[in-house]
Amino acid sequence: MTEKIVVAYDGSENAHDAVNFALSIAKAAGADLIVAHVLEWSPYSFLTKTEVEERHKRRKEELERADKAIVSPLLQEIQSSGVNVEVMVKYGHIAETLLAIVKDTGASQLILGRTGQSSLTSRLFGSVAGSLAQVAPVPVTIVP
Amino acid sequence: MYNKIKAPVLGALASCALAAPAAASNIDEAVNEVFANSTGWFVNFIFSPFPGTTFPWIVAWLVVAATIFTVYFGLIQLRGFKHSIELVRGDYSDPNDAGEVSHFQALATALSGTVGLGNIAGVAVAVGIGGPGATFWMILAGLMGMASKFTECTLGVKYRNEYADGTVSGGPMYYITKGFAERGLPGGKPLAILFAIFCILGSFGGGNMFQANQAHAQLTNVFGDFPGWITGVVFATIVFLVIVGGLKSIASVTEKVVPFMGVLYVGTALIIIAMNADKIGWAFGQIFDGAFTGLGVAGGLAGALIQGFKRAAFSNEAGVGSAAIAHSAVRTSEPVTEGYVSLLEPFIDTVVICTMTALVIIITGQLVIDPATGLYVLNESGSIQTVGGNSGVALTSAAFSSAFGWFRYVLVVAVLLFAFSTMISWSYYGLKAWTFLFGENKVSDLSFKLIFCLFVWIGAAASLGPVIDFSDASIFAMAVVNIIGLYFLMPIVKRELTSYNARRKTGEIKKFK
Repeated sequence: MTEKIVVAYDGSENAHDAVNFALSIAKAAGADLIVAHVLEWSPYSFLTKTEVEERHKRRKEELERADKAIVSPLLQEIQSSGVNVEVMVKYGHIAETLLAIVKDTGASQLILGRTGQSSLTSRLFGSVAGSLAQVAPVPVTIVP
Repeated sequence: MYNKIKAPVLGALASCALAAPAAASNIDEAVNEVFANSTGWFVNFIFSPFPGTTFPWIVAWLVVAATIFTVYFGLIQLRGFKHSIELVRGDYSDPNDAGEVSHFQALATALSGTVGLGNIAGVAVAVGIGGPGATFWMILAGLMGMASKFTECTLGVKYRNEYADGTVSGGPMYYITKGFAERGLPGGKPLAILFAIFCILGSFGGGNMFQANQAHAQLTNVFGDFPGWITGVVFATIVFLVIVGGLKSIASVTEKVVPFMGVLYVGTALIIIAMNADKIGWAFGQIFDGAFTGLGVAGGLAGALIQGFKRAAFSNEAGVGSAAIAHSAVRTSEPVTEGYVSLLEPFIDTVVICTMTALVIIITGQLVIDPATGLYVLNESGSIQTVGGNSGVALTSAAFSSAFGWFRYVLVVAVLLFAFSTMISWSYYGLKAWTFLFGENKVSDLSFKLIFCLFVWIGAAASLGPVIDFSDASIFAMAVVNIIGLYFLMPIVKRELTSYNARRKTGEIKKFK
């Protein structure tokens, strides 16, 4: 079975660096790359009646937008790299969802960029990279 | 295009409101008189008693329905309670569906429409007229109402309209039309139209005027007397900005703050009850004694029962059909799951929150008891004499403030927010009924919303009596039509339920957590 590497991608500069880094690792190891894009979503937020009614429509639009603006441009850019790339777009808590993707795909490592949160918010609530480094069952590489 | 319309309408609203500030109280009186005269016949019909008794047929109608659903679905509210919690917790949610409305969100959204003044003011009205015994009947009605809610919300999802763009419209008008056609029954369409008409009236009455009216009552209670039309204009303007002007941010903020107000309200009630822990036994004694003897209230046992059932129905809206409109927008392949989730609503709304209000009023000794007889003292109007002569929301306010003086200010904010969120919810229900009748287009949309705003203003300006009567009557009229529909369609719900539970047993419907 080919080795799999998950890389988190949110369209930011940092994430871009992380993808390039992951590509080089995947190429060297002959591994497949899974590009994961997570849309922040809590099933416990409060919605108005109109928001509830329009949710399904909005979700479709959000997924289309994620594909058009974030995922597709990246795929185009890296398709010539010779690495097998699979894309996953999911809703959920970012760290938890990335973790679930790692577990479900049986990936051997996780690579992500450091997010641009201010140090105060990260200190109070923890950053995605920080919490993943603590709980992930596979080696995590955080690309600055 | 909305901006073009907004300016002249706002101007017109403002000028008619400011035309005669000196005659302010006259406006209120005139509004009141016209209103009472024009709605009296409708109220009288809905609340007419069985011949030779004082027992309104509409109350029996609701109770009998809730009992039938409870028996027909084999005590679903008891046996399905655990599964409801599992659904809301997301145990059965497919992670691949993340990003759609969750069961929790559906429940929270529906609750924000029902938890409102019914829980604060309505309960005070019930206890003020029917005595503590009304609480017992209210809780019982809440428990039974869970089965009605289960039935209507399952149908709401099953027979909703789904449009190409992904939005949905559902509710009794849709399940009555489609369900009757499916079963080959005649009369679906006329019944659905009748429901839609009553739903529009309900959205003007209980979902609107009662809210504006009690919000104004709470404002004057705390800040001193001022004319109702002022509150009306302010409220109508904000509602206008949200539903016509599309100021979604106000609605979103309300939606996020209301749940916290609810928690704060229940929390404070629990603290007050705990502070009077020695009286809890006595309070429950009053509730039970009052339920079966009346303890001297007008109408005795029947008086307590009628008040309890009325206010429970008004508060949790079980059997009314409004919740079916709210729940039908949820994305799920199993209609029964929405039924399960919705049966928690009357429980949270009536069995928990309403009971808290009633206990606080009883335990803080707001109702005057004749020490010689142990019975409640009545005033000239036939309701129970209260310590400060308060009724409605003012009575709840007095009860909470007797423990914490500052709570009256919290309650003002809570009442205003609850009133507002209920109005926004009901503007949605009313609009769904309106577009069912007149089609989904901009003109029909706008005309409903403008009339809705006008009723906000009337509600704040009229006095409590006629408003509360009309509010009750309009909401119960919805229940008349909806429950007829439910009787004919309940075998379909039964089939869904049996199939769902069978598939749960075989593991075809599985837990994800």
